[in-house]
Amino acid sequence: MSTIQDIQFSDAIMSRINEYIARYPEGRQKSAILPILHLVQDEYGWMSEPVMNKVAEILSIKPIEVYEVVTFYTMYNLKPVGKYKLEFCGTSCCVLRGAENLMDYTLNKLGIKEGETTADGLFTVTRVECLGACGYAPMMQVGDDYLEHLTPESIDEFIESRRNTVK
Amino acid sequence: MGRKIILEHYNVPNLKDYEVYRSVGGYRAVEKALKSMTPDEVVQEVKRSGLRGRGGAGFPTGMKWSFIAKPEGKPRYLLCNADESEPGTFKDRYMMQYNPHFLIDGMICSAYALGCNTAYIYVRGEYKFIIKILEKAILEAKANGWLGKNILGTGYDLEIYVHTGAGAYICGEETALIESIEGKRGNPRIKPPFPAVSGLYGCPTVVNNVESLAVVSWIIQNGGDEYSKIGLGNSTGTKLISASGNIRKPGVYEIELGLSVEEFMYSDEYCGGMQHEGRDLKAVVAGGSSVPILPKELILKTASGENRLMTYESLSDGGFKTGTMLGSGGFIVYDEAACIVRNTWNFSRFYHHESCGQCSPCREGTGWLEKVLHRVEHGTGRWADIDLLVEITKKIEGNTICPFGDAASWPVASAVRHFRHEFEYHVRYPEKIKNREHFASEPMRLFMNEFVK
Repeated sequence: MSTIQDIQFSDAIMSRINEYIARYPEGRQKSAILPILHLVQDEYGWMSEPVMNKVAEILSIKPIEVYEVVTFYTMYNLKPVGKYKLEFCGTSCCVLRGAENLMDYTLNKLGIKEGETTADGLFTVTRVECLGACGYAPMMQVGDDYLEHLTPESIDEFIESRRNTVK
Repeated sequence: MGRKIILEHYNVPNLKDYEVYRSVGGYRAVEKALKSMTPDEVVQEVKRSGLRGRGGAGFPTGMKWSFIAKPEGKPRYLLCNADESEPGTFKDRYMMQYNPHFLIDGMICSAYALGCNTAYIYVRGEYKFIIKILEKAILEAKANGWLGKNILGTGYDLEIYVHTGAGAYICGEETALIESIEGKRGNPRIKPPFPAVSGLYGCPTVVNNVESLAVVSWIIQNGGDEYSKIGLGNSTGTKLISASGNIRKPGVYEIELGLSVEEFMYSDEYCGGMQHEGRDLKAVVAGGSSVPILPKELILKTASGENRLMTYESLSDGGFKTGTMLGSGGFIVYDEAACIVRNTWNFSRFYHHESCGQCSPCREGTGWLEKVLHRVEHGTGRWADIDLLVEITKKIEGNTICPFGDAASWPVASAVRHFRHEFEYHVRYPEKIKNREHFASEPMRLFMNEFVK
């Protein structure tokens, strides 16, 4: 288990962090917490305690203030996830266009249950609430991207292409 | 063809690039406002337009602006609400994706009117691709002198920043959004004080929806009177509608307020009718998941038999007994194969998941709703559950700090009100609803005679 001393954000990340902090008035650096957490999650994959404590140190706030935020907002991973996190929208509009069957199809294909990660560490599949793509349903989010108008074929294609990339 | 304001130039390629946006008349409104109008004149122009908040509540924008306090020595803030999370709503994303400068254009005019020197666009965290587009557009606008210090030599300063959310529906509520920008959990604040007096960092703040702020540029350029000529009665102007569900052409459409629901539903210019041939329309949620669901008969015509129109007034005609709301314009269409119980359970799961947990009626009540609906939908419902659902909604509605409690209650109350027979069917025939697509082959109408007396 790494400790806060082991965590050292890269210069590139630190310069982005300072850029975010500068968007808010002096003394209001805590405002930058959400974008900063996105940034470090992109780097570390999830919100480990040392990472959160490091963010607290940078923002000059108590660690509990970071934990409070991380546990409130659903986009932060509280445990490690696969390289590709497939987040299926499971709210009504997507369900009307077959989201439930499609997610089952994906889980079966990967041989995992909802919330689990494949043994090779590549894919995690979860169900999330409305992602604001109702007109292009069914859809899922993977990282920064939205994959819309999904079909079993496009799911197959996506999974194969990602498997090939890492081979 | 209806009048287009927001989507006027959507066939122009690369509209999101600064030069292209300029070539279609972009930023002329800023020039006009900053060089030839006082801030108060801009507010008056917006008041004259009759523009109402496009995020869902429909409160007159100009009036909201006139409430902003102007104490000496305190900055004022303009916040653009791009948290767009109401199920069924994806219009702001569409606009920002294809025409980000239109929003910045309108925001500069609005910030000038309110005397704000800093504005934030609160974008939901999932819209990462939109954030990139907006940040690029802000840089372009700044590089061309529309943002920064002493804009156009007028002495007016303004910075616009993007603030990223992180997946919380409640942050679309304006005081939760403010808390979130302050770096905290998105727990709504008790009002008063209203944000106009004490908002972000305790300073006077105005929060407006993306669409509301964007059209301000059109209003400044063309005049509030011109805008108010579009639309019908107190529903002036145009509105973006996000259409989804069982229709042939899901997508974002700009309509002139006053269009009939029937034309919007069936015309090829808009939804294009039902997705599957031979499957009739069952119900519509007209303004995002929070507004009451209406059955076919009541969405196409009001209870008094008049054509239902896409206006704030017509959609709410009849109150909640027989009407609904325009809300955010999230138009969700259900055909006969859709199960209203399953849909209501789905919505309740959403509200339970998204409740911030501050007020017990909402925190506990949304959980109960989800649980009771889950058992009705999964074949273990009891007869008393149907009335129990209504009872729970009454205990939540009006008993919470923010309108989330109401938003969680209305879909359930209206589903039982208009589709009680479907709930009864679920309790009576638990074995028939085992397959989750239970109405796909045997639509509910086949059993209606048995249930409707």
